[in-house]
Amino acid sequence: MPLSVQETEIKNPPVSRPPLDPHLKALENEAIHIFREVAAEFDNPVMLYSIGKDSSVLLHLARKAFYPGRVPFPLLHVDTTWKFKEMIEFRDRIADEYDLDLVVHTNKRGAEENITPFTHGSAFYTDVMKTEALKQALDAGGYDAAFGGARRDEEASRAKERIYSFRTPDHKWDPRNQRPELWNVYNGMIRKGESVRAFPLSNWTEVDIWRYIQAEDIPLVPLYYAATRPYVERDGMMILAEDLRLELLPGEEVQHGSIRFRTLGCFPLTGAIRSTASNLDEVIAELEIATVSERQGRVIDRDQSGSMEKKKREGYF
Amino acid sequence: MSASAASPAHTASATILPFAESVARVTRDARPLRLITCGSVDDGKSTLIGRLLWDTKAVKEDQAATLARDSGSQNDLGLPDFALLLDGLQAEREQGITIDVAYRYFSTDKRSFIVADTPGHEQYTRNMATGASTADLAVLLADARVGLLEQTRRHATIASLMGIRQFVLAVNKFDLVNYDREIFDRISHEFREFALSLGVRQITAIPMSALKGENVVSSASDTMPWYEGPTLIEALELATVRSTQTGGFRLPVQRVVRPGESFRGYQGTVAGGSIKPGDSVTILPSGMVANVSQIVTFDLVRNAAVAGDAVTLVLDRQVDVARGDVIVSVDAQPMTGTAFDAQLVALQQGGIEPGKRYWLKSGSRRQRVSVEPLSQLDLTSGQWRPHASALNMNAIGKVRLAFEETAVFDTYEQNRATGAFILIDPDTLNTVAGGMITGKRANLEGLKREGDRVVLSLPADLAEQLMASELFASRRDEAEIKRVTAAEAATLWRNAGSDI
Repeated sequence: MPLSVQETEIKNPPVSRPPLDPHLKALENEAIHIFREVAAEFDNPVMLYSIGKDSSVLLHLARKAFYPGRVPFPLLHVDTTWKFKEMIEFRDRIADEYDLDLVVHTNKRGAEENITPFTHGSAFYTDVMKTEALKQALDAGGYDAAFGGARRDEEASRAKERIYSFRTPDHKWDPRNQRPELWNVYNGMIRKGESVRAFPLSNWTEVDIWRYIQAEDIPLVPLYYAATRPYVERDGMMILAEDLRLELLPGEEVQHGSIRFRTLGCFPLTGAIRSTASNLDEVIAELEIATVSERQGRVIDRDQSGSMEKKKREGYF
Repeated sequence: MSASAASPAHTASATILPFAESVARVTRDARPLRLITCGSVDDGKSTLIGRLLWDTKAVKEDQAATLARDSGSQNDLGLPDFALLLDGLQAEREQGITIDVAYRYFSTDKRSFIVADTPGHEQYTRNMATGASTADLAVLLADARVGLLEQTRRHATIASLMGIRQFVLAVNKFDLVNYDREIFDRISHEFREFALSLGVRQITAIPMSALKGENVVSSASDTMPWYEGPTLIEALELATVRSTQTGGFRLPVQRVVRPGESFRGYQGTVAGGSIKPGDSVTILPSGMVANVSQIVTFDLVRNAAVAGDAVTLVLDRQVDVARGDVIVSVDAQPMTGTAFDAQLVALQQGGIEPGKRYWLKSGSRRQRVSVEPLSQLDLTSGQWRPHASALNMNAIGKVRLAFEETAVFDTYEQNRATGAFILIDPDTLNTVAGGMITGKRANLEGLKREGDRVVLSLPADLAEQLMASELFASRRDEAEIKRVTAAEAATLWRNAGSDI
């Protein structure tokens, strides 16, 4: 008797959509290939889940890659405790809906010492609550591979990163001594304690991400869509003013306007843009005429030129 | 944070966007074209790539602002220093060199592009091989003032060796030779002859000035009215992407999925040909046969899958299939065996040592192999020279691969996915070579030594005559003659000929 997929009980059965265009299909195929290869070659993979649009695409691809099976690894969210409220709500809803194993990690030391982006500066805060926290979580889980949603078009140092990015036991990246990567034949051999960060979205651009979200109808945190929201202007950025921990500085006042976010991180460090794009079509239309790159809203990239490379060498994603 | 207030135009609050008009939908009816650029700093490679990114609007204002801040100066056209845009790593900025392969992305209304940007100087072979491995097309740069260099020929040789069948010769800096048509004709003719000698037939030569943006994205009919060919971007838009949809079906099995008792699926990316439910397949290396009952993907059950598709296959019977196996069409099977011929590029210090046991990974299969170098390519003359000792870093060699267990390959010429492999050093676990299968080697040897005796394989009739001779009878201790068919003998001697 032939075995058939219909006989198997499958949670969240797929829905019918028009086929992807060949460009997105090629990117999707590549990402699925990478997911399967890492899941097969490593003992204990994990997927870094930041709740943002790239993570949402990454998760969608993981579900596709392993269908009709479950996603065979947990999702790890490094919670700095300074994320947007809507992000956390979205995270918990998605984990429940898709039957995912979700691991949430917060740097206890940082939290106890009350390290905040306001009191300690963005660089130190990021180092403790993101980079250090990530390393703690990876060590605690004993993960030998970690999927990330980084793309090569995001930032100059990422343009050179491999799809399998090798890390030393203390999570260091050595950009000058990367393993050559030819064809789609990936070298997953490592020693105990070493690990690999795997980037299935390496060859995607920001426009690809949005077009894929549209084509596949992928749910996103509503902050990506414009709505009238309270904000304050600080250092040339619009900071969302809904968290009570945001203290107004002299001269600052809460304003209201139609804003949205192109990337999501910690709310005090992520600037909004003025926009009326309240749905996907409008966001994409806006993006195609945008003249500013998406990471422009991120404070941590601007501390100094080459700052992303420095953070990556130290273990940041 | 001080950098954030670069200028009013770059603050977030200034990004006031107009009511979103319905922007013409970009339809991408092809997969991205992957290309490699070959040339040195002197040829203006960084300027060319920077120009491509700039003119296709892949550089955003804030990135340009960072550029302007870092370079502090602009060239006489008011453009930023493009090299800074590309050299992402601090070490490179400090030393002013490009140290590794970087990937760039840009697109036009017609197509999107992925550029493997590789350095042109030392260690270029290994970096070029890496970038070329996934490329559909190579853009080779030449300086109009100097013409083709030794280096241009080397780059073209490596690119053709890695299977690239489309070349664009970008004859740059044409503004510095007064847009002289004769110069272009001479250089492009010389290049065409050379490329043809490498077996590359799709050749486009373009006179251009990357600095001034002539014939890169915009045409230069005013300065070079005599040139009627495409601009670089037009040539790239017209290029074909590699496809392995013809030929036999190939699915290297990445993993087996068993979500429940009744379902067993084999997951992988189709590496050649196509398949539909009902087709008969063979599982290699075991040789078992089954029929495809379903092609499963997240987007409903499909009625066909073609090369490039990531799918899950369900077979109609219980057969033993594991990661590393290859599911292939019954009537067009790949080669199986324990001895293969290959060409490879040595990628690391320490090179490739004769007789050392390496890990070989091809598709989803990893197995032990020993490597015996036979010859090495002299990039200056383009000639293969006998070479049985270690292949040093950046060397390109012909080798013989000996496996302990059955291996499954197509030739690289037939199928880039099932004919390519990497070698992993078991001591360092680093990737030490990239290789391409050129053919299967018969397990018998034309002439070899076994203990004290020489074994000679000859067609049966020849063997009979020799063995019947008195001279041979008296020297039985020294030599043995094996009888093989005439076809086998021909294979043996062809192998011997191709080793050099």
